[in-house]
Amino acid sequence: MSAATGTATTPWWQRSTVRVAGGVAVAAVVLFGIAPAVLSDFRLNLLAKFLCLAMVAVGIGLAWGRGGMLVLGQGVFFGIGGYLMAMHMKLADAGPGGVPDFLRLYGDGVVPGWWEPLRSPVVTVLAILVLPAGIAALLGLAVFRRRVRGAYFAILSQALAAAFAILLVGQQKVTGGTNGLNGFRSFFGYDLADPINKRMLYFIAAGVLIAMVVVVRLLMNSRYGELLVAVRDQENRVRFLGYDPANVKVVAYAIAACFAGIGGALFAPVVGIISPADVGVIPSIGFLVGVAIGGRATLLGPVLGAVAVSWAETGLSEQFPSFWTYFQGALFILVVAFLPQGFASLGTLWRRRRGTPADAPDDPPTTHPSAPGSSPDADDDAQHAADSARTAGRHA
Amino acid sequence: MDALFSQLFAGLSLGSVLLLAALGLALTFGQMGVINMAHGEFIMAGAYTAFVLQAFIPDAGVSLLVALPVGFVVGGLLGLLLEVTLISRMYRRPLDTLLVTFGVALVLQQLARDVFGAPNVDVRAPAWLSGAVPFLGMNLPKTRLFILGLAIACVVVLSLVLKLTSLGRRIRATVQNRDLAETSGVSTRATDRLTFFVGSGIAGIAGVALTLLGSIGPTLGTNYIVDAFLVVVVGGIGQLKGAVIAAFSLGLLQATFEYSTTASLAKVLLFVVIVAFLQVRPQGLVSVRTRSLA
Repeated sequence: MSAATGTATTPWWQRSTVRVAGGVAVAAVVLFGIAPAVLSDFRLNLLAKFLCLAMVAVGIGLAWGRGGMLVLGQGVFFGIGGYLMAMHMKLADAGPGGVPDFLRLYGDGVVPGWWEPLRSPVVTVLAILVLPAGIAALLGLAVFRRRVRGAYFAILSQALAAAFAILLVGQQKVTGGTNGLNGFRSFFGYDLADPINKRMLYFIAAGVLIAMVVVVRLLMNSRYGELLVAVRDQENRVRFLGYDPANVKVVAYAIAACFAGIGGALFAPVVGIISPADVGVIPSIGFLVGVAIGGRATLLGPVLGAVAVSWAETGLSEQFPSFWTYFQGALFILVVAFLPQGFASLGTLWRRRRGTPADAPDDPPTTHPSAPGSSPDADDDAQHAADSARTAGRHA
Repeated sequence: MDALFSQLFAGLSLGSVLLLAALGLALTFGQMGVINMAHGEFIMAGAYTAFVLQAFIPDAGVSLLVALPVGFVVGGLLGLLLEVTLISRMYRRPLDTLLVTFGVALVLQQLARDVFGAPNVDVRAPAWLSGAVPFLGMNLPKTRLFILGLAIACVVVLSLVLKLTSLGRRIRATVQNRDLAETSGVSTRATDRLTFFVGSGIAGIAGVALTLLGSIGPTLGTNYIVDAFLVVVVGGIGQLKGAVIAAFSLGLLQATFEYSTTASLAKVLLFVVIVAFLQVRPQGLVSVRTRSLA
């Protein structure tokens, strides 16, 4: 049901295409116009960091919110993107044939053969785009084809994150170990000490993020988007209709991984460091909290949620480090348990309470409340929930 | 030959730790499909129980023996509290319980950090567990043997409970077919609560046991939770033997990989092996057969 079905009774300003285009336009004005004008260079750089994290959230929104795959290991793809970019910057800083400082410090002062190709900017960008998606596709094919799903998939993706972080720490000679990679001086030839170039990085991050949101919107409005949601809600029925749910899921998982990789790749130059602490089990789950708060199955919810949570974390954890952990824990508990569709569902709830019909017929992919308990078609959802409880329990 | 045997023992020892950590998970995950990320923090709670008890009971041996049942009760009560307050509201959304319990884990971890301090603390091992037993030219640390024995004892007691008692019968009925069990007059809600109590209690015991292996800290549970979940995934659910075989196989595999490569590569290799294994048996080693769609 695409936006074109908006009937004559729907005023034009309520049609979903118009609303989404409006939302993107507002986001663009805020990100490109207002934020650079009012924020200091320091704050702008901070915002750029949040935008990088939001890229991961957009991918999670697609895979988890729309596809029902609980991706607990996005830190892996974030880390791969980040380390690829970081390594390229280290190699570029060292000059042609040079050896980055950390390799001399921890290793034997030789650039390992498999790092060498990253001297080329083209190879680096290609690797950032392809490698995370490729790994996700491989794992997804292996797992989804055998109908391993639900909790089992979540655990596997989490184990991948754990193994990846341990590997990074363990292979200190070639990865920098716990300290990670830092001290980058240039980004594709642009001096990172120059505030102008830092601003440029911010604009790149903002542009990429908006592009990602548009991509997700186009996907969700396509036939593929319908299939993805259908697989989430009733995988077996989709199979009976002649589709292979595994392929549908793999595509969403790979796209989410690609987004996470790009986010990581921009995170490294923006923040100036990438380390195992950014990629392990805890940060990987941490990515989810913003998505849950913003509304996992909405278009802009994950972005807003991720930015808001990172903002709150920066503010609170500086002053009250211990309080922040409690706060984060409480957020997980309260939002997921009591507001499963995130704050985005507050609007729908409010409209329903006022007696106005919820806009379910308008645009199901973006506004349909999909988790059990909060939906108008409660029967179907209860059925779905019972099914998934059963499958998670015995067959996942 | 010596190297082989010592690898074998290292694997068995690792497997017994994994088994203790995963046994309770296998129970709760198997029955309710609930992924309890706070299970690791119940392990930590057990460990700190042993630490606190040692402040009151000077004799390390006595305090260890007291800590085992007390740790069981502490872990169990925490689990019960979690079940009643949060998890029972969310049986229809098993995946979401993972996130909620992760939130609980964060809070518990920080609580431990605020109460006991961030640095690790040590629990004294009793004198009768210091030293090693010579066996076939190897020296087997007594603490590791004790944990191996404890794990086996837990499995034996738990399987006897499952097999012989009415609680066990109700648990098995609920695991195999919740609706039918309910129809036959089993209060599945009460069973769920008891299962959660027992499962979390075993985590407490695991925590007490872990104090013998090294110092303990607020992140103790996090170190074990992922591996424990992998044991459940590989073992399949519904029967204990799956978890037992899986724990010892993973322990042995990891010890072997660590011996032949490095500890960090071993984890990655182990992951690859598990994904490959799931190609053959996507539902784990042991699974309850049902006729619903896979």
